[in-house]
Amino acid sequence: MRVFTKTTGPVLVLEQENIDTDQIIPARFLTATSFDGIGEHAFADWRLDAAGEPISGHKLNEARARLSPILVAGHNFGCGSSREHAPHALLGFGFRVVISSQIADIFKNNSQNVGLLPVEIEPQQHARLLQLDGEGITVDLEQCMVTVRATDGAEQCWAFTIDPFARHCLLRGLDRFDFLYQAEDAIQAYEERP
Amino acid sequence: MPVPESLFDKLWNAHVVQPQSKTTPAIIYIDLHLVHEVTSPQGFDLLREKGIAVRRPERTLATLDHSTPTLPPGADGQRPYITEQAQRQVQTLRGNCREFGIELHDWDSPARGIVHVMGPELGATQPGMTIVCGDSHTSTHGAFGALAFGIGTTEVGYVLATQCLLQNKPRSMRVNINGRLGEGVTAKDMALNIIRHLGMNGGTGYVIEYAGSAVRSLDMESRMTLCNLTIEAGARAGMIAPDETTIEYLRGRAKLPQSEAYEQLTEKWLQLATDEAAVFDCEVTLDAADMQATITYGTDPGMSVAIGDPVPVPVNASQEKALRYMGFDGGQAMSERQVDVVFIGSCTNGRISDLQAAASVLRGRRVADHVRMLVVPGSESIRKQAEKEGLHEIFTRAGAEWRLPGCSMCIAMNGDLVAPGMTAVSTSNRNFEGRQGAGARTLLASPETAAACAVTGHVARVSDLSAACLEAGQEVA
Ligand code: SF4
Repeated sequence: MRVFTKTTGPVLVLEQENIDTDQIIPARFLTATSFDGIGEHAFADWRLDAAGEPISGHKLNEARARLSPILVAGHNFGCGSSREHAPHALLGFGFRVVISSQIADIFKNNSQNVGLLPVEIEPQQHARLLQLDGEGITVDLEQCMVTVRATDGAEQCWAFTIDPFARHCLLRGLDRFDFLYQAEDAIQAYEERP
Repeated sequence: MPVPESLFDKLWNAHVVQPQSKTTPAIIYIDLHLVHEVTSPQGFDLLREKGIAVRRPERTLATLDHSTPTLPPGADGQRPYITEQAQRQVQTLRGNCREFGIELHDWDSPARGIVHVMGPELGATQPGMTIVCGDSHTSTHGAFGALAFGIGTTEVGYVLATQCLLQNKPRSMRVNINGRLGEGVTAKDMALNIIRHLGMNGGTGYVIEYAGSAVRSLDMESRMTLCNLTIEAGARAGMIAPDETTIEYLRGRAKLPQSEAYEQLTEKWLQLATDEAAVFDCEVTLDAADMQATITYGTDPGMSVAIGDPVPVPVNASQEKALRYMGFDGGQAMSERQVDVVFIGSCTNGRISDLQAAASVLRGRRVADHVRMLVVPGSESIRKQAEKEGLHEIFTRAGAEWRLPGCSMCIAMNGDLVAPGMTAVSTSNRNFEGRQGAGARTLLASPETAAACAVTGHVARVSDLSAACLEAGQEVA
């Protein structure tokens, strides 16, 4: 897994609430047996027409979209199916971080497993972030801090919380698998219980 | 005195391989791992990459359901897969199951079915188990008093390799439904009412236990419908304590011991029930008598109304966007909406009782001329049972298509889909934008309601039916 420590860059805002995994990656792209190239299909039904051509004027088709490492999305992002294709598609599209006031359980877990940082932030701060489309912010996983620059130039820092083990693994690029695999003795002991 | 525990606490504690610490999640043992073609290929790749075997192939059970065609093989004997890639995905699962020694219910199996339909039918799903699958509707199996939830593909690989998962213990919620459901109100309606009440993220971070007299009186298939839809309120899992209904349903199933040994098992199951004094992080109580036959009007399962009620007026931009997508105006009567497609099937409502319910509405009636209706049984054994009962003839005589088992229009990745702009009344679980095909508009409802909509050709309740049929000059059963 790729290491994640800190990212600075412009945010892309999708303010809609309840963006589900069928929007992030429609089901017809799930027949592939590998995640390679799946980023090309991210939000396909929002930004591409029936012929697969980009719909002009859609925010996700602007040049800046692929250059924004941080996605700020409406409340309850990633609800719906357990398809891991969703965080893979966002990574493939160019995002490294997704921020919302709430992120669905399975999506959050999947994101942490594949190296996309899910950040849940307080509603008031979230509301501020939704206004910052295109502006540069910093997400620091080491400090668990989101830094934005106010209009008067002063910096504002907002702390966020994340599962400590997920943070540990993302900061070091560790695969959670190794932790599980090293528990072999405990697993065997469990299986031998009467 | 021992600490009072909930059903969830009991299951969690019994499966802890290594407890949670300040810095690491718990390691939880998984009793049953269900596998299908879509979310497993990269999981098996992990095994090959690391050079390891499936730890407990006998605790792993596979089926074909998502990408599979529901039309029979053509004259050339070939199954009509939507794409070569879909066919390759099925072949990949077949190869993986052979290589790693996993029981696969392939085309030739009399038990093949949608993963959440097949598990319980075989008795592979049992009370007290932890069950996972790379599919969010794994919550279905909680109907048996199992702790069952969906996982991603990375975790599919972890479970194949170690039979374990890393988990922080979720919070607990009890949803009590007391009273009695009214005439013509089903478990699907109950679930849609609960989701509307909690909101589609109200369950996030929770495992829900359903309790109360209205839940107790549901049969197993209805309990599965209820638990299936738990994920649509954002909860990890939904569960119902095992009781006599559970025991009777599972008796004699293929993967369970018979007679004496079975009775011994059932004694253990009955002890799983939540202790009287157990405490939940959150408790919600609703009255079944307040629930009516319900249908969704928006683009998430929480956006629903009683069928006779008008479409609510949107109060924010997201709701406005949803109504625009659906082609509804706030305040419009639901019954004005013309229906183009009706789908009966899925792991939510593709079981025999669902088909019986739809058939009882369609018996002696016809699907409206402009409506395309698809009936897709949840498994081979349901298909056989339905054909034995002659249900398929009721459907085909009414003008519906009778298909082979699979997920079909629930996820629309096998070619069964709804055209852009068309309105489908569907017994499945998600009405997200494009879920049943790009631009498709989905209204979720019970099998009874879906059948009534098929007959009238617009949104309707079963109770609206006799009058409507007489008007249309149709024979009434
Ligand atoms: S029927 Fe629908 S929800 Fe159920 S497993 Fe298939 S695709 Fe998933």
